[in-house]
Amino acid sequence: MEFGSRKRYCTLFDLYSEILLDHYRLPRNKGRLDHPTVTVEGTNPLCGDELTLDLEFEGDRLSRVTFDGKGCAISMASASMLTEILQGKTIAEVEKWIADFRAFIRDGHAPEGVEMGDLTALIGVSKLPVRVKCATLPWMTIEEGVRKYRGS
Amino acid sequence: MKTIEDIRRDFPILGLQVNGKPLVYLDSAASSQKPMQVLNAYCGFCESRYANVHRGVHTLAENATADYEDARRLVAEFVKADPRGLVFTRGTTEAINLVAQSYGRKFIKHGQAILLTPMEHHANLVPWQLLAQYTGAELRFWPMTEDGRLDLDGGKKLLDSRVAMVAVTHMSNVLGTINPVREIAEMAHAVGAKVLIDGAQAAPHLPVDIGGIGADFYAFSGHKMCGPTGIGVLWGRPEILEDMDPFMTGGEMIREVWLDHATWAEVPHKFEAGTPPITEAVSLGAAVRYLQQITPEWIAAHDHALTELAWEKLTREPGVTGYGPTDNRGAIVTFNVDGIHPHDLAGLLDREGVAIRAGHHCAQPLMRWLGVQATARASFYLYNTPEEIDRLVDGIRIAKKVLHVV
Ligand SMILES: Cc1ncc(COP(=O)(O)O)c(C=O)c1O
Repeated sequence: MEFGSRKRYCTLFDLYSEILLDHYRLPRNKGRLDHPTVTVEGTNPLCGDELTLDLEFEGDRLSRVTFDGKGCAISMASASMLTEILQGKTIAEVEKWIADFRAFIRDGHAPEGVEMGDLTALIGVSKLPVRVKCATLPWMTIEEGVRKYRGS
Repeated sequence: MKTIEDIRRDFPILGLQVNGKPLVYLDSAASSQKPMQVLNAYCGFCESRYANVHRGVHTLAENATADYEDARRLVAEFVKADPRGLVFTRGTTEAINLVAQSYGRKFIKHGQAILLTPMEHHANLVPWQLLAQYTGAELRFWPMTEDGRLDLDGGKKLLDSRVAMVAVTHMSNVLGTINPVREIAEMAHAVGAKVLIDGAQAAPHLPVDIGGIGADFYAFSGHKMCGPTGIGVLWGRPEILEDMDPFMTGGEMIREVWLDHATWAEVPHKFEAGTPPITEAVSLGAAVRYLQQITPEWIAAHDHALTELAWEKLTREPGVTGYGPTDNRGAIVTFNVDGIHPHDLAGLLDREGVAIRAGHHCAQPLMRWLGVQATARASFYLYNTPEEIDRLVDGIRIAKKVLHVV
């Protein structure tokens, strides 16, 4: 039997794309709001990611959203992208984005007719179960925030 | 004597290009790579000697049984233990669960104590937690020194006649600490306790002498020592194994079965219910033959030299914190880089073809003790080279640049 005679290589989708690194190095909407309508916290105990989202609602519109926290590049970049996309959206639109993002990560491609923009850079995690939680943390956290706002 | 180049040629996977770079595999503590000698044994056995064991009377059944029992003898010799006490399991985890269930439930009572350490892998912690809940036994934890060793005097204070079991890792899979298991066994026996040693990290890297240690139980996994997955070992003193109840029951492990009761086969077969991982056991035999040929002493010295070098180079890098003792450590360096999450470090190193582990390493209590959520870990084995440590250090520098950490 012969082993090692084949020329072999393997590559992984590059998670650390320039888009992702750009959001990590120059996070959008990072910091705290003075008068948020709702503040939500999310953690990822297994890797220690900690995230705080400040949400400011005007009627059924998310007028402002900022994030603060510490974690890996994936979770921080995902949070930065989230704030950029969801700022100014209606609650219905926010909820649709949350569902679309979920489907995107689960299926490994964008849902029919949805343009994911910078979020496309996160697609690599759908093949890396340990990193899925990093990418989805901000989205699960804002989902909780919307629920809180609706309940109040 | 093989050179390091010869050894590397034995491991086909080391020729792989990962993400366009030659693979640098620094994750052997999680699982080791396999040499051709083991791959050939695996395929060769399936090609020409395979059948079920201990059952048939045909030629193949006899060949397979002979190979399986030869593997038991070879593995027992490798760790200098009586083959009658050598039970094949799926791995360390199953081996420790076997002891916690079959020994623990029968012999460890309410009011007695189980002495563990905070540096245990979950595999040598959770089975005892479950047993403690079941029996009402108490869990005690051996104190540690600041640099991550066991505090022997502190442990002595916890050892009284109520301690029924002392379960300790031979080598920490996070700190690299090599524990003085012979001394620990002596201390435990002095108060009448039994001793289980988790050898998952030690068996691949150190010359192990179970008889010399004086352990009552010793557990390890084949896949970390050049063998396949799905096979591991529980060694137990035959006279203790005889007193224990079976762990799993069914075929292979019985002597006679009636409709309402059954009697058990002799040890070690009493603990090998069902068709065992035959091909895996035979291949583990080939793995220990391979390691024996290189010699555990050579491997230990090689690992030691690499680990010293890695510790020195890594801790000299700005922003790098190393964890665990500074000397006499196993082939593991656990560390963090300021401002870089270990998952990102592992992800960015992977782009450079360097495979390391990041996370809690199945030792969450130890992470809490260290005051961190997660760490990076580089681990070494017989096929690693000093140049690969340079690639690791280069990779860390690249990661810092990419994430703008300076
Ligand atoms: C110290 C230690 N104990 C136990 C285990 C569990 O081994 P396995 O997963 O092969 O059962 C490991 C391996 O991860 C280990 O490093």
